[in-house]
Amino acid sequence: MSAQPIALIEAITQALAYELRNDDSVVVLGEDVGVNGGVFRATAGLSATFGTERILDTPLDETTIAGLTVGMASQGMKPVAEAQFDGFMYPMVDFIVCHAARMRYRTRGRLTCPMVLRVPWGGGIRAPEHHSEANESIFTNVPGLRVVMPSSPQRAYGLLLAAIRDPDPVIYMEPKRIYRQYKELVPDDGEALPLDVCFVLRDGSDITLVTWGAQVKETLEAAEKLAAEGISAEVIDVATLKPLDFATIAESIAKTGRCVIVHEAAKTAGFGAEIAARCAEECMFDLVAPVERVTGYDTHIPLFRLEMKYLPSVDKILAAARRAMAHS
Amino acid sequence: MTVAARFEIEYLQYLKPDGSLAAELPPAVANADALLPLFKRMLFVRTFDTKAIALQRTGKLGTYAACLGHEATHVGIGASMRPEDVFAPSYREYGAQFERGVKPRDVLMYWGGDERGNDFEIPRNDYPWCVPISTQCLMASGAALAFKLRGENRVAVATCGDGGSSKTDFYAAINSAGAFSLPLVLCVINNGWAISVPRKAQTGADTLAQKGLAGGLHCLQVDGNDLVAVLEAMRRAHERARSGQGGSVIEFMTYRLHDHTTADDARRYRDDSEVKAAWEKEPFLRLRKFLTDQGLWDEAQEKAWIEDCGKRVDVEINAYLETPVQPVEAMFDYLYGDMPTDVLAQREQAIALEKRA
Repeated sequence: MSAQPIALIEAITQALAYELRNDDSVVVLGEDVGVNGGVFRATAGLSATFGTERILDTPLDETTIAGLTVGMASQGMKPVAEAQFDGFMYPMVDFIVCHAARMRYRTRGRLTCPMVLRVPWGGGIRAPEHHSEANESIFTNVPGLRVVMPSSPQRAYGLLLAAIRDPDPVIYMEPKRIYRQYKELVPDDGEALPLDVCFVLRDGSDITLVTWGAQVKETLEAAEKLAAEGISAEVIDVATLKPLDFATIAESIAKTGRCVIVHEAAKTAGFGAEIAARCAEECMFDLVAPVERVTGYDTHIPLFRLEMKYLPSVDKILAAARRAMAHS
Repeated sequence: MTVAARFEIEYLQYLKPDGSLAAELPPAVANADALLPLFKRMLFVRTFDTKAIALQRTGKLGTYAACLGHEATHVGIGASMRPEDVFAPSYREYGAQFERGVKPRDVLMYWGGDERGNDFEIPRNDYPWCVPISTQCLMASGAALAFKLRGENRVAVATCGDGGSSKTDFYAAINSAGAFSLPLVLCVINNGWAISVPRKAQTGADTLAQKGLAGGLHCLQVDGNDLVAVLEAMRRAHERARSGQGGSVIEFMTYRLHDHTTADDARRYRDDSEVKAAWEKEPFLRLRKFLTDQGLWDEAQEKAWIEDCGKRVDVEINAYLETPVQPVEAMFDYLYGDMPTDVLAQREQAIALEKRA
């Protein structure tokens, strides 16, 4: 039991350990996940506790990790694989899209693929090239997948448990910039969170700020500043991008009439576009202002001298919120 | 010269193209009698294949990948496996799949555009047909890893083609099987052609079997038109896998006598003379001659048997043709174990559209 507050990354370790203890079919695999405990320490100590037959260091090949994971999952195991960095996932996409996502579908349920692919996600940690990608919308467009992104230690714990227990493949993206942002108490009670419900992190009545992942931090800060200006902002952490719980967002917009979507990925066809489209389809008559998107630019995330200028910031969110507030 | 390592690739052939024995029957084949039921099942496969092509030509089947010429390799691989093993095919190994319990109607359903063809009654754990080339090899490696971690005495067998041996996934299967010492048998069915690209254009390697050497696997090349050699190669690979000696790569030398699929026309890229020469070495000629020489088979028996096969295939064809199309909601019903509300809403929309139509 963790009586001490823990960081997001430690909550991931705690969830992995809980499920390894309670389900023999769970195995962890990836590069450096064994004795090294993962490059971010997400699997720290697991090899010593559960042994090398549960915590598998794989050969250094992402295709191998994905293929072995799909093979094990389709034969009754529950593998939790780690892609070491978001930018290394692309060789895995073939297995994720062509097999993990459609094994149940193409066999009419005979074979299934209950697997989790954990991936440290996003920018802002001054990392080398290919270590800072916000690529969630590649996966949100794939039928048969679930895409999850926690933004707090408690949500990381509950959502990872749910992801491992889910009967289908889950892409579990970990905002690495906030791995150690703050600590909170996370009871090791094995309680999972639902995989299809948004989290309302702050109640408000004037404007709805919708975000996920590391941008939850900046968005909450922006909401605080807006409050000082007398603007009441509601903050929604989407967390389970696919399937999207749009009802929670629509309910909020019915109250506020304004919506700003904040995400790190490039703007065009980013997941914010899906949310904006749903707003147009379902919230048209509740909206008093155009839907705003605060996103990365339609560029690659630059190397780290410029990366903070690429990412959404409190100021960018405030500017969008004020534009929305100008309408009534 | 200091040699760091030395390798060689053994070649297996027992039954020569003229039906005479190149060597004594190996441990995999107790006696000539043991070959008879397999020969008969090879004939069933050819009967099925012929009728499936005809079905496509008459518009009753979608694109179909024929297995003409591969029957000894396919049936031999399937016959070598135990029920609890797992088979991961590409998309033309019907002979192996029939040995495993897959029904001809399943094959027809799949190529006929219906996912239910992948829902085999048996074998429940075998992989469905796999279109992304050689990805089945790496999935099979994952299956073998599951068997090993659970302490199960099971083997994963995957098949791919000569073209498939060029894929990253094939190398990854070899490498991971070696790294984890897995009970995996990778069967490279070298039929000379990857659609229009000949074997020699795939790689500079002398054999495809030798690709396994780099990953530390046992490697063997065999005459894939010689059922005896196929059975013996598979026996050796299974024995290694079951006794903890790890994985194997076996290259089966055969020939694709038909087009790649019914959507292909091989006359565009290969000479008739090559195909004609390949017909001289096809798997039935030699086995028929051998069994006939042993007094185990004759023309009358063959005629009666093929007639019987035809009747049984027709039953399967009718079962396929009479199976009603899935209801529109089947598109949604197998997407998730727990259907998300958005998918459910689209399912209802689709059903409503059907009712209006």
